[in-house]
Amino acid sequence: MSSSTSAAAAEFARRQHSPLQRVQHLLHGYPWLSPLVLLVLTTIVFTILNPRYISPNAQSLLLQQVAVIACLAIGQTLVILTAGIDLSVGAVAILAMMVMATLAAENGVPGLLAIVIGVTLAVGAGLLNGFLVTRVNLPPFIVTLGTLSIFTAIALLYSGGSSIQNNRLPDIMNVTGRTFSIGGFRLTIGVVIVLALYAIVGFALSQTAWGRHVFAVGDDPESARLSGVASKRVLLSVYTVAGLIYGLAAWIQIGRAGAATPNGIPDANLDSITAVVIGGTSLFGGRGGLIGSLLGAIIVGAFTLGLSLAGVDQQWRLLAIGVLVIVAVSVDQWIRRVKA
Amino acid sequence: MSTIERLPLTVDHIRDDKQHIYEAEPVLSARKLVITFGRVIGLDGVDVDLYQGEVLAVIGDNGAGKSTLIKCLTGAYVPDSGQIYVDGSPVHLRRPQDAREVGIETVYQQLAVIPALDIASNLYLAREERRPGPLGSVLRMLDKKGMKERAGGAVQNLGIQTIQNMGQAVETLSGGQRQAVAVARAAAFGSKVVILDEPTAALGVKESAAVLGMIKQLRDSGLAVILISHNMPHVWEVADRIHIQRLGGCAGVITPQSHDMGEGVAIMTGATTLEPTP
Repeated sequence: MSSSTSAAAAEFARRQHSPLQRVQHLLHGYPWLSPLVLLVLTTIVFTILNPRYISPNAQSLLLQQVAVIACLAIGQTLVILTAGIDLSVGAVAILAMMVMATLAAENGVPGLLAIVIGVTLAVGAGLLNGFLVTRVNLPPFIVTLGTLSIFTAIALLYSGGSSIQNNRLPDIMNVTGRTFSIGGFRLTIGVVIVLALYAIVGFALSQTAWGRHVFAVGDDPESARLSGVASKRVLLSVYTVAGLIYGLAAWIQIGRAGAATPNGIPDANLDSITAVVIGGTSLFGGRGGLIGSLLGAIIVGAFTLGLSLAGVDQQWRLLAIGVLVIVAVSVDQWIRRVKA
Repeated sequence: MSTIERLPLTVDHIRDDKQHIYEAEPVLSARKLVITFGRVIGLDGVDVDLYQGEVLAVIGDNGAGKSTLIKCLTGAYVPDSGQIYVDGSPVHLRRPQDAREVGIETVYQQLAVIPALDIASNLYLAREERRPGPLGSVLRMLDKKGMKERAGGAVQNLGIQTIQNMGQAVETLSGGQRQAVAVARAAAFGSKVVILDEPTAALGVKESAAVLGMIKQLRDSGLAVILISHNMPHVWEVADRIHIQRLGGCAGVITPQSHDMGEGVAIMTGATTLEPTP
């Protein structure tokens, strides 16, 4: 009798998964697959609409346009992996940007020092977010909603609300916008810095104990704590590292825009969250990765570029991104129900 | 050398071949543990002695303080007063890591495994091993391959056949397999004491039998085991001694030979009281 049941079980284990189940398993194992497929599809569609879309020129422009959002998305990914959310991304970047630009242009602080001060301020801002989340035990949504207003206000008050053009800024601050060519592609120093940041943070996430603890804390904080993970310290480090990355994004934004403008990155919050979510990282924490966020940021930018090259009203971009976010979260919910 | 007085044992009822276990010094002791949660008294001065090579079961009604006692012994809670001793020396367990460092491993009721991580990552969570050389010391790179191999060994040592792939995510495992992962983690790293909180509560008959087998194996390998359980047949099957927790205090320590299940439950529920050993 027992042999017949185990044979039945073995039969069940060997059963053919339906094609849909196989897709589910694949996406579960490789969360960056869906944004990759999506990116390939959008590239094909926009190339059909306007063949110029695939040209090295257009693709270089795409990379330059998404560099800042892609950079912010690194920090956002870390926070979302811990089941948090950071609504203060844009505000922290603007604060760092206005402080470094004002120091250099108005107070005659040397460029490099001004950048260091701005980035340090962003680290402090991240640390404050982390402190409020881990020590005061406030939900990340509320903390960053509050600091969004606080940091924006400080940035506007400090800078007087006016832009600072790049002719008033030291070279080192504009260097992130400098272009160079590789085989027909025009890249900026800013793009290179962003790609390097992806490599470094990606390594830390996938190859170090810290990275595993980030996933563990996001997936099940209580189990992580009982397993010996210093959950609060991990969370604090995540918000602090995110702040550092937002500070570097501020520097890249100055180079990209050719100015420090208080309303320079109006869609930073929504776009960075969109990039992370489309990139296959779960809003519920513990699942996802950094490669997906890079692909997600490029997809968000691809809609802007592709639609304008196709001569379509930009409002369609907003609509398409909205649909994508909802689809991406639905797919995530489905993937989470995966069974062996 | 010991700074603590040993608790009286119900030695008369301990089998002859087990007597020698109780001549040694207790590996883990607690004296007069008190913990309160606001106005609720969690533990009301509880004493425990645990010896190497025995299974001490802790039974009690819901809210009697079983899990609270265990959380104090594992550093998850810090008692308001009282003292814990390991090998006779006082220790202060403020975090789960502290308990782990003195050789106490715990399998929590909620298992404390991370569903999204694979088996090997779960076994080594919070004690990851790094690669040798500068890759490990400078870049802090994990020795994923090595950990996977050793995790496979740990699982094999417990005689678990159903888990083969250490790279499998824990969320794809059955309840019994997850339990096996949690027990394997405790067994692999527990040098003195392994504590299991309701390990068979969510399991079927066959899976429960496998877990009870693992518990016996841990004891026979020389570890001290604490088993918290509601399941009296399981307790009477594997326990050497049974600590009965009632209303935040210890209602007595019995053995499966001295009392039967009905008497144990009667003491547990307060229907009878244990006569103090002279």
